[in-house]
Amino acid sequence: MLGQNDQSIQSRMQGRVLLNKILMVLFLLATTVGLVFLVLLFYRVLTQGIGYLSWDYITSFPAPFPQEAGIWAGIVGSVFLMVIVATFSVIIGVSTAIYLEEYAGKNKFTDFVRVNIQNLAGVPSIVFGLLGLTFFVYMFQFGYTLIAGGLTMALLILPVIVVASQESIRAVPAEIKEASYGMGATKWQTIRRVILPAAIPGILTGAIIALSRAIGETAPLIIVGAATAIYTLPDSLLARYTVMPIQIYKWTGRPQEEWQFVAGAGIIILLAVLLLMNSIAVLIRNKYQRRL
Amino acid sequence: MSKVMEKKNVETSVENNKVSANTSKKAGDSSVFMVENLNLWYGADQALYEVSMEVPEKKVTAIIGPSGCGKSTFLKTLNRMVEMVPIVKTSGEIKYRNENIFNNKFQKEYLRTKVGMVFQKPNPFPKSVYDNVAYGPRIHGIKKKEVLDQIVEKSLKDAAIWDEVKDRLHENAYGLSGGQQQRVCIARALAVEPDVILMDEPTSALDPISTAKVEELVQELKKKYSIIIVTHNMQQAARISDKTAFFLNGELVEFADTNNLFQNPQDKRTEDYITGRFG
Repeated sequence: MLGQNDQSIQSRMQGRVLLNKILMVLFLLATTVGLVFLVLLFYRVLTQGIGYLSWDYITSFPAPFPQEAGIWAGIVGSVFLMVIVATFSVIIGVSTAIYLEEYAGKNKFTDFVRVNIQNLAGVPSIVFGLLGLTFFVYMFQFGYTLIAGGLTMALLILPVIVVASQESIRAVPAEIKEASYGMGATKWQTIRRVILPAAIPGILTGAIIALSRAIGETAPLIIVGAATAIYTLPDSLLARYTVMPIQIYKWTGRPQEEWQFVAGAGIIILLAVLLLMNSIAVLIRNKYQRRL
Repeated sequence: MSKVMEKKNVETSVENNKVSANTSKKAGDSSVFMVENLNLWYGADQALYEVSMEVPEKKVTAIIGPSGCGKSTFLKTLNRMVEMVPIVKTSGEIKYRNENIFNNKFQKEYLRTKVGMVFQKPNPFPKSVYDNVAYGPRIHGIKKKEVLDQIVEKSLKDAAIWDEVKDRLHENAYGLSGGQQQRVCIARALAVEPDVILMDEPTSALDPISTAKVEELVQELKKKYSIIIVTHNMQQAARISDKTAFFLNGELVEFADTNNLFQNPQDKRTEDYITGRFG
């Protein structure tokens, strides 16, 4: 059969091979576009900011002169904020995902809840800022404090964590769940001993991506009143605070050129903290995966 | 195929008569399951029709039939695993040791502790061999290491896999071959000390040598456990079972001592199936 059309197969083969090559080049180009802009960003930030980057810069509070300004308040504020955000969003998010995937029946109401959680993940962050302002700042009377900011950000990334956790819980093979139920395990025993251990790498990946988004977020925090310049570190959940991206944003808004370099140094720190957080999370993830 | 069957039948037909005499004599108190008029629906589709049968104690009961005849559904109803599909509805009665398993007071966790299951595809947890076998005892509250060690060793020995895994108890069970994984899964089911073991085509994913090992094991296990095995393979049913049930389109067509059923089927449909005319 093939032998009879050898000639035409041969001629079409050329076309197929060529198409394959063209597509490969196109895919490579697409990858390059992203990489080029990333390299440009790093280059600009590094060349501008590196001069202002020093131990003093890391450990100093904001100051009226560029040479004396530092990002210490932003670093500490961001770290405190992330601890609050991670605690609330992961506990509530994973619990929600467990309920929706394992306990809730499949009916119109739960379908409605599922669709809306996915929609919430796409709501602009500024809307969450307004929500936080209404509830946490005014209604619960937390004021412009660390806890109000943390809870607002936790709400912002909650949908992302719920969806990611749902997906990794759903990806746990039905066979091993059946094995557990088949030995007389209850639902919770199966969740704790079989489903969660298998789903945790995926849940952590989702949490990392969500927290990375939160650490660079400014808009909702401006609404719920993060300070732009503070001279003491937050010492309680009800203290004023600032975060790195807000400091950077504030510095870039100043007219003198030196402040741009101060902001550049801040971006380097922000990127470094981001890298550190991601590395820690990847390490945790690998540890769990090895245990599997 | 029919040749093999005939030979087997001739060899064992004498024993067979003895077995049947035995079972009929004390049928009442030596059964583990009494199924009465069981109907089952997946939504609007009926999968089982008026199934009634009595599963004997410490025997191997095989369930055969073509794909989609309801044999796996029936098996999974016996430990209520079928309820994992939310749209399932049942009517009729299944009595396990004289208690109706559909009764509200009857806990399915208790049922599944007593009625263990081995699945079609080997399904070890992504944990060590030890943790796999210790899973059942642990969920039932055993924490002492010495006790767990004992249970793990005994279960693995009973499942005829101890010699192969004793030096790699703490390695991931995924590293074992398919046949070894399936025997670890059997050990895992034994560790809970069940009364009945349900096996859902336990050798369909295994090579012939591993299959032979599992079949041998089933013969060993029936001394202590009542075994119900779904199989696609009629020779397997003929080789290892004492009683055979033939299902077709959700109906229990015939249920008899294995050799009677294969040698002397009472129903035309059974005869057609076992002689290979369909299925």
